[in-house]
Amino acid sequence: MGKVIVVTSGKGGVGKTTSAAALGAALAQRNEKTVVVDFDVGLRNLDLVMGAERRVVYDLVNVIQGEAKLQQALIRDKRVETLYLLPASQTRDKDNLTPEGVERVIGALKKAFDWVICDSPAGIERGATLAMRHADIAIVVTNPEVSSVRDSDRIIGLLDAKTEKAERGERIEKHLLLTRYNPSRAERGDMLKVDDVLEILSIPLLGIIPESMDVLRASNIGAPVTLADSHSAPALAYFDAARRLTGEAIPVTVPGERRGLFGKIFGRRAA
Amino acid sequence: MNIFRFFGKQASAPTARERLQVLLAHERVSVGHSDLLVLLRDEILAVIAKHVQIDGDKVNVKMERGAKVSTLAVDIEVPLDTTARAA
Repeated sequence: MGKVIVVTSGKGGVGKTTSAAALGAALAQRNEKTVVVDFDVGLRNLDLVMGAERRVVYDLVNVIQGEAKLQQALIRDKRVETLYLLPASQTRDKDNLTPEGVERVIGALKKAFDWVICDSPAGIERGATLAMRHADIAIVVTNPEVSSVRDSDRIIGLLDAKTEKAERGERIEKHLLLTRYNPSRAERGDMLKVDDVLEILSIPLLGIIPESMDVLRASNIGAPVTLADSHSAPALAYFDAARRLTGEAIPVTVPGERRGLFGKIFGRRAA
Repeated sequence: MNIFRFFGKQASAPTARERLQVLLAHERVSVGHSDLLVLLRDEILAVIAKHVQIDGDKVNVKMERGAKVSTLAVDIEVPLDTTARAA
């Protein structure tokens, strides 16, 4: 049985889709069969970020409504053969996602894949609650910024109340993925530090993704950042995060913490 | 901290951190349950409305949520009925 991960955040634009694609591609490159499921019905984008936008025939809603078989809707990645995408519908709205339908699809995916990664829509409504519903592990994507931290706190509350695991009285595994981290701004005291966010949200840290042009560049060409340039700083951070998901104990390094005196004095110019 | 800090603006991150800590301390208890301060406000106004006609424009409610203590200030103008006489 595969593990179900939800990538969630509450707030939009913090990097859920980027992270779902990057982690999915990183896990698949370890030869683990991985599917990334887009739950953002009506506003799908995972297909675009993964470069499969021209290959979408059927989607999640088609499968839920019995108009297509799961195998017909799954799109196999052209670069990594253990990576699959289940796209969201562009034309219908989120009311077409039924709890029973989602349960059936996730159940079937769990049997066929090692990892089922659900890319949640922003917000706390139907799409988001259904995306987290069957998760074993939640990745809470957060930017070091007040509104993102507040929304993440709210999502953590929902994860502890509205998921299947929580309702069974079990604890859902939650991890913080801090994205768009800018070491020089944090150093200057103008961005919340890693420890600040960790102390406020008090869930374990899965990784810190530095703010980088490589993320935008990867989405421009339609490749997860872990495939576009596997040696870039964000890709390396995502690879480490993926290894932590598989249970490896790798210490998290805070970007920019090893700067010497010279770097500290002139760090201001780097930003 | 770097040497430019001496000449530059105050760091804003500590303010962000403090504001979040206070806000979330309140939101964590209030989401899903009723917020005590809001409950008090509503009940106080209801009790007063039972006895006097309250003019919505003459009611001033202030709430201040702090880290340790919150305050609720209700300022209501109670009109004096000059036509009434002692029975």
